[in-house]
Amino acid sequence: MRFFLEVLISGLLSGVMYSLVALGFVLIYKASGVFNFAQGAMVYLAALSVVGCMEKGAPLWLAIPLALGIMTLFGIATEKFVLRKLVNQPPIALFMATIGLAFFIEGLAPMVFGSDPRALDLGIVDEPIEAILNRWGMVISRFDLVAAGIAALLVTVLALFFQYTRIGRALRAVADDHQAALSIGIPLQHIWAIVWGVAGFVALVAGMLWGARNGVQFALTFTALKALPVLIIGGFTSVPGAIVGGLIIGASEKLAEIYLPPLMESAFGGNFGGIEGWFPYVLALLFLLIRPEGLFGEKHIDRV
Amino acid sequence: MSKTIGDVILDLQNISLRFGGVKALTDISFDVREHEIRAIIGPNGAGKSSMLNVINGVYHPQEGIIIFRGRERKKMEPHQAATQGIARTFQNIALFKGMTVLDNLMTGRITRMKTRFFEHALWWGRAQREELEHRKKVEEVIDFLEIQHIRKTPVSRLPYGLQKRVELGRALAAEPSMLLLDEPMAGMNVEEKQDMCRFILDVNDQLGTTIVLIEHDMGVVMDISDRVVVLDYGKKIGDGVPEEVKNNPEVIKAYLGASH
Amino acid sequence: MFYREAGQFKSSYAADQQLFPIRQDRIGVLLLLAIAFLVVPFVAGEYWFSAILIPFLIFSLAALGLNLLTGYAGQLSLGSAAFMAVGAYAAYNFELRVDGLPILFSFALAGLTAAGVGILFGLPSLWIKGFYLAVATLAAQFFIVWCLTKFPWFSNHSSSGVISTQKVTLFGYAFTSPREKYLLVLTIVTVLALAAKNLVRSSTGRAWMAVRDMDVAASVIGIRLMPTKLLAFAVSSFYCGVAGALYAFCYLGSVEPDGFSLDLSFRVLFMIIIGGMGSILGSFLGAAFILLLPIFLDIALPWLAGALGLPFSNATVSHIQILLFGTLIMFFLIVEPHGLARLWQIAKEKLRLWPFPH
Repeated sequence: MRFFLEVLISGLLSGVMYSLVALGFVLIYKASGVFNFAQGAMVYLAALSVVGCMEKGAPLWLAIPLALGIMTLFGIATEKFVLRKLVNQPPIALFMATIGLAFFIEGLAPMVFGSDPRALDLGIVDEPIEAILNRWGMVISRFDLVAAGIAALLVTVLALFFQYTRIGRALRAVADDHQAALSIGIPLQHIWAIVWGVAGFVALVAGMLWGARNGVQFALTFTALKALPVLIIGGFTSVPGAIVGGLIIGASEKLAEIYLPPLMESAFGGNFGGIEGWFPYVLALLFLLIRPEGLFGEKHIDRV
Repeated sequence: MSKTIGDVILDLQNISLRFGGVKALTDISFDVREHEIRAIIGPNGAGKSSMLNVINGVYHPQEGIIIFRGRERKKMEPHQAATQGIARTFQNIALFKGMTVLDNLMTGRITRMKTRFFEHALWWGRAQREELEHRKKVEEVIDFLEIQHIRKTPVSRLPYGLQKRVELGRALAAEPSMLLLDEPMAGMNVEEKQDMCRFILDVNDQLGTTIVLIEHDMGVVMDISDRVVVLDYGKKIGDGVPEEVKNNPEVIKAYLGASH
Repeated sequence: MFYREAGQFKSSYAADQQLFPIRQDRIGVLLLLAIAFLVVPFVAGEYWFSAILIPFLIFSLAALGLNLLTGYAGQLSLGSAAFMAVGAYAAYNFELRVDGLPILFSFALAGLTAAGVGILFGLPSLWIKGFYLAVATLAAQFFIVWCLTKFPWFSNHSSSGVISTQKVTLFGYAFTSPREKYLLVLTIVTVLALAAKNLVRSSTGRAWMAVRDMDVAASVIGIRLMPTKLLAFAVSSFYCGVAGALYAFCYLGSVEPDGFSLDLSFRVLFMIIIGGMGSILGSFLGAAFILLLPIFLDIALPWLAGALGLPFSNATVSHIQILLFGTLIMFFLIVEPHGLARLWQIAKEKLRLWPFPH
C-alpha cells in the first residue's frame, strides 16, 4: 500500500508537469483555434535559449528574461509570417503547418545554441525528502515536489488571468468568435501576439523544469507527445481539463508502468517494459469512447 | 396545373426537439401530401431548418412520431433517409468544394450504385458500365438545369447563384420522391430567383416530386406552394393554403412582431 | 503548341471517362512507363537502383497510401510508418511460416494484414475527427512499434526485433540484383498506382472526397460514413503495408521496429503535403522531392561551405536539412496548398496556350 501511494504520488507530480505542457496547447488553441504541434519544440527552444545565454556568460537571472524575449519574438514572428497567412485555411492545414514549424525549430535551435545535451542547474536537488522518508518511508523527490509546486502556481495564475483580467476576457471572446471579437474592437493580431508570448512563457517554465531534471537535449521536444493524450482527456479548450487530464495521465501511466508489465510477462513471457510510450494514448482513446468531447469540453452540435 | 395531389406520405405528429435545455421545436404536427409543394415559413430562429433536419434524420426528436409512407419511422441516420428517396439542399450551400460539378452530381447517384470498391479498383465490365449509365442520368440533370458549360469546373470557383443550382442538381440526381429545399433562393437576384422558381415548379410538375420548402421571400412562397405551415419560436402558429395563412392574425402578429 | 486538347472531341461518355482523357497525357504516361521498364534497367547503375530508384518507388507507394486516406478521404494520419512496419513484419512471418509461399502472395497478405490493423485503428474515426483523430493515429504509431519490439514471436526471437528478410523468389526465380528488384518493385507500384487512380475516379473515390469536404452533407445524400471511412483506412493501410514489405525485402534487407518511427511517418506526410494532397501524381512528385533533397544537400552543403571557407560538421548538415523540411512545409501550405502536382497542372495550362498566350 505504501509503495502504491509512493507510485501514485510521483505519478501525480509528473502529471502536473504534463499539465504544464498541455496548458501551452490549450492557450493557443483557445485564442486562435490552432492546434500547435510545435509546443514541444518550443519547450526545447526555450530551454536551449536559457543554457545558450548562460554559456555566453549571462547569469541565470539574466538568462531567463533573455530567453523569454527570444520566445516572445519567436511567437510574434510565427504569428506574422506563418499563421496570419493561413487564416482562411482549414484547421488541419494550420495543424500541419505547426508540424513544419516544429521541424523548423528543431533544425534552427541546435544550430544557434549547439546540439550536445547539457545540464541546467536551478539549485534544487533531485533527492528524496527526508522528513517524508523518515515519517512514512516513501521516496518523494524534492525536485518533483518543487517543480509540481511551480507548475501548479503557474497554472493557477494563468487560470485567474484568463478569468479576471481584461486581456483574459478579450482572449476568451476571440476564442468564441473571431468575427464578433473583431467587430467589437478587439485587436485580433495584438491578442494573438500576446497569446504566443504567454505560450512561450509557459514553454520556458516547462523547458527549465524538464531541462533541469533530464538535461537540456533534443528529447525535450517529446514533451509534446506526453501532452497530447492529456488534451484528449481534458478537451482542447479547457484549462481545468488540462490540469485534471495531466493528473490522470501522470498517475495512471506510472501505475501502469509498475503493475502492467509483470502481468503481461506472466501471461506472455518476455520483457514488456517501456509501455509509457503508448499507454497514455490508448487510455485517452478508451476515454474518448465514453466522452468524445473530453472531460470539460463542450458538446459540439453540427449545424446545417 | 396538371398534377394531382395525392395522399399524405409524411405525417409528423407532436414533434419536440431539444438541444440541452434549449427547445428548438415544441409539439409540432403537420403532414405532407404526395406531389404537393409544402412550404415552411417563419421568422429567423423559428426552427424551420431543424424541422427539415428532423425529417431527414440529421436530428432525432425527443418526442413525437414520424410516419413516412404509412409506416412509423424508427430513429434513423441521414443516409437511410436518402435511400428512402428523400433528398435535400442546405441553407448554407453544402457542396463538396474540392470536386467538380460533374463529380458533385455523381455523388447524388451513390445510393443507386451497386458495384463495390474492388470492381472500382479494376475498372472492369460492370463497374465501367454502371459508371456510364449513371453518367447519362446525371447529364440529363445537367441539361435540365442548363449547367453544361460548367460541368468540369470545381464548384469552389462558381458564383453563389450557380452553386445553389448545382446543389439542387445534386439532390435531383438522386431522383428523389421527396425533396427538401432549405432557402433555395436566399441571396439571389430577381433573375436567378425566377430561374430557380421555374426549376422547382418543373421538377414538381414533370417528375411529380413532392417538395418541402423553406423560403423567406413571401411572394415566392405564396405563388408556388400548395400549402404553408408557419412556425414561430419552435411552435406551429398557422397551417393551410396560402390565402388562409396570409389572413391568419397570429401569423401577421408574428411577422410584424419579428420585423419591428 | 504541343500540349493542346483543341480538336480532341469526345463523342461518348466512355471516351470522356478514360484514365487520361487528354491524348498528350496518355502518350506521356505510356512513354514514361516505357522508359521506366525498357530503358532505365539498361542504363542505370547499381547506386541508382538501390539508393534512389527503389526507395523512390517504395516511398511513392507509401505516400500514395497516405494520400488516399488524408488527401482524398480527409482523415489525417500520423501513423503511416507503423502500418509499413505491420506490412514488413507480416511479409517476413508469412515467408517464414508458410513453406514456399510465392513472394507476391506474401506481399499481398502483408497488405491485407496491414489493412486489418488499419481498420482497427481507424475505428476511432467513427466518433472523433480532425485533431482528435490525428492524435488517435499516434496511438497506432507507438503501440504497433512497441508490440513488434516486445513480442519476440513477430521477429522470430531475434534480439530487439531486428529481422533479416528472406530471399525474394517467385516460382523458383530469385530476384537478387538491384535491377531485378527494381523491376519487381516498379511492376507492383505501377499496378497499385493504376488501381488507386481507378478508385479515385469511381464512386468509391467520390464518396471519400465527399466525406472529406463535408461529412454531414455526405451522409444526407446517402453515403454511409462508417464503411466509407473504414474502407479508406483499410485501403490506405494496404498500400502502406505493401510499401513496408517492399521496404524491408527489396530495399533494406534488414529492418527493426524502431526504424518505422514517428519521424518516418512525418516524412511520408511531408511527401503528400509537398507533392499535393488529393493527387496520385503528387504522391510520386512528393516522394521524389523529399528523397532527393537530403541527397542534394549532402553534396551541395559541404561544397558550399568549402567554397566559403566555413567550418561545417555533419550535424550541421542534418540540422539544415530538418530546418529546410520545416520551412518547405510551411511555405507550401501557405503558397501552394495543392503542392507540386498543382504547379505541374498550372504549367500544363500555360503550355496549352503557348506560344500564343493571348
